[in-house]
Amino acid sequence: MKITFPHLGNVYIAGKAFLEELGHEVVPPPTCSRRTLEIGIKNSPEMMCLPFKVFIGNYIESIEKGADTILITGSCGPCRFGLYSLMQRDIIRNMGYDVNFIVLDSFKEGFKDFKDNIAKIIGSASLVKFTKSVKLAMKLIKMTDDLTQLSNEVRAYAINKKEVNMIMDKFYEKAVLTYGAKELIDLIKSIEEELRNVKIDKYIKPLKIGIIGEIYTIIEPFVNQEVERKLGELNVLVDKSLTPTKWFDHHVLSYPFGSKYENTKFKLAKPYIEDMVGGHGRETVGSAIYYKNIGYDGVIQILPLNCMPEIVAKSVLKSVARDLNFPIMTLVVDEMTGEAGFNTRLEAFTDLISKRKEGSRIKIG
Amino acid sequence: MDNFYLGIDVGSVSTNIVLIDEKNELIYKKYLRTQGKPIDIIKVGIEEVANKFGENRIQGVGTTGSGRHLASIILGADEVKNEITSHAVASLNVRPDVKTIIEIGGQDSKIIIIRDGIVVDFAMNTVCAAGTGSFLDRQALRLGVDISEFGDLALMSDNTVRIAGRCAVFAESDMIHKQQLGHNQKDIIKGLCQALVRNYLSNVGKGKDIKPPIMFQGGVAANKGIRKAFENELGEEIIVPENFDVMGAIGAAILGKEKSKSQGYTNFKGLDIYKKDYNVKGFECEGCSNLCEVLEIKENENTLARYGDKCGKWSF
Repeated sequence: MKITFPHLGNVYIAGKAFLEELGHEVVPPPTCSRRTLEIGIKNSPEMMCLPFKVFIGNYIESIEKGADTILITGSCGPCRFGLYSLMQRDIIRNMGYDVNFIVLDSFKEGFKDFKDNIAKIIGSASLVKFTKSVKLAMKLIKMTDDLTQLSNEVRAYAINKKEVNMIMDKFYEKAVLTYGAKELIDLIKSIEEELRNVKIDKYIKPLKIGIIGEIYTIIEPFVNQEVERKLGELNVLVDKSLTPTKWFDHHVLSYPFGSKYENTKFKLAKPYIEDMVGGHGRETVGSAIYYKNIGYDGVIQILPLNCMPEIVAKSVLKSVARDLNFPIMTLVVDEMTGEAGFNTRLEAFTDLISKRKEGSRIKIG
Repeated sequence: MDNFYLGIDVGSVSTNIVLIDEKNELIYKKYLRTQGKPIDIIKVGIEEVANKFGENRIQGVGTTGSGRHLASIILGADEVKNEITSHAVASLNVRPDVKTIIEIGGQDSKIIIIRDGIVVDFAMNTVCAAGTGSFLDRQALRLGVDISEFGDLALMSDNTVRIAGRCAVFAESDMIHKQQLGHNQKDIIKGLCQALVRNYLSNVGKGKDIKPPIMFQGGVAANKGIRKAFENELGEEIIVPENFDVMGAIGAAILGKEKSKSQGYTNFKGLDIYKKDYNVKGFECEGCSNLCEVLEIKENENTLARYGDKCGKWSF
């Protein structure tokens, strides 16, 4: 069994090590590229959301490299992600590929399926080993997320921004070549060391922008046009409202009560959205208010074209921006997104918030 | 002798070149069609500046527009700014109390909301070209009307024909349909102006707090029919500044001036650049599956810049 899975930001790094610890052979999907997207577009329904198309591309590219089993999570959340596993299985099979799908649904959707699927992943490993590996995986996810965030922080202050990008590129390149957890941890530590040695200009006063919106577009750099890097290059300190760490913390580790961080967002969103509106719509609204409260200068909402929950959030965010007098910009991404227009908006938005900051300072002073 | 400051706005349809003086007064302006050859057009423009003013009195340069980085590489700009900021700066220079800027150019349209002299919100059209200059150009051609008479004809009509303006393709077929029904030309033109304005307000202007004074600029602001349609729809006076067609370039010049003053020198390479040969070579990098299209610009034999790659292997 050669397992693969779709890309979800940097999860593949920890995911690979986790499955390897359990004794599986893993074929991580090649880094998302134009080719990935082209394969996906060609074989997906046109009006389907962008992540779906990239996933299809990931599967095919992994199958080409020898993968025969695809591992994904299911979802019954009221958004189209719930359809992914079923539709994608049919599409891949109709394309003539004979591969297995392991769909990890919540056990609420049927305990037997859940048990069987977990058993497939556990394979010959013992339950103790499995529990250990899950804990290890969480640690690795947190480490990679922390590393990404460290790179964002360093980039905002770095004298040569390209240096940070090159260190991170090297990390991604080497991460797929490591085997198991230990090698990966060593790599993360050495990269962290390198990042800490990047020359910085401590007089830079970076603007602080939170990235909010649909989880996939927030954490997958290929899809969001490397928004973290682009903002970092404009001396902006970026923080993401959703990361794999935050997701696992809320949905798995703190089950069934949810993490404190996410629950705070629900509370903050309450005056605007009381109930779940699907996907992360409610979290998006809560995150915007959260960033305002912790002193951020603005937020950027990113969503894939026609993502329903985020469209609800988008219209609500207009009122949030007005009520709190807080700059919020929405960027919609899909396969047609032109880079030039995207960059112009990012530049104009950072101009806007830095001018607003100056303006308010003058008035106070 | 006075110092001048150069501003260039390299857009998809037009390239605008302006010179301003110390008081931000316009000294010279030139509106050129980009025609997909931005480098050649910049050279043409600079040559004209050189012939008209002789020696180089330019003490600062700013570039804007979608070709701002390219223009900066060739000219040596002090400030490279996005269109939103440039337009806002230029409008504030004309009317410090402006609250809303409507800008419609050849291929894009934007709205900029300003409060107390600070940009607080903005929006740009995305992939749709309905309601931009190129669309109007095309429809004028179809109606057999010169684009410069378009606005006046719209004002002559007192009976509007309603045209579906949601999408450029549908607007066109709807317009043909109305022609076949026998509606007269000026009524159709007025209908088209209104369709464009409706489309703008429900697309770009959606959810924006449009308050007077409202300024209307960009190439399309020359069209009186559109201006009138905006006034009817918004119920407010629409101000079209004197140099509505080159506001982006003026903004860039002002920003270039401020930057060169604060840094104490200019990066401008001089007016001789029009005599040089620029070669652009594109190639597809095959280092990974991204297949980035890398562009290389050469001035005579020197490589000025390389860009377009994601990883930074080529660019400098």
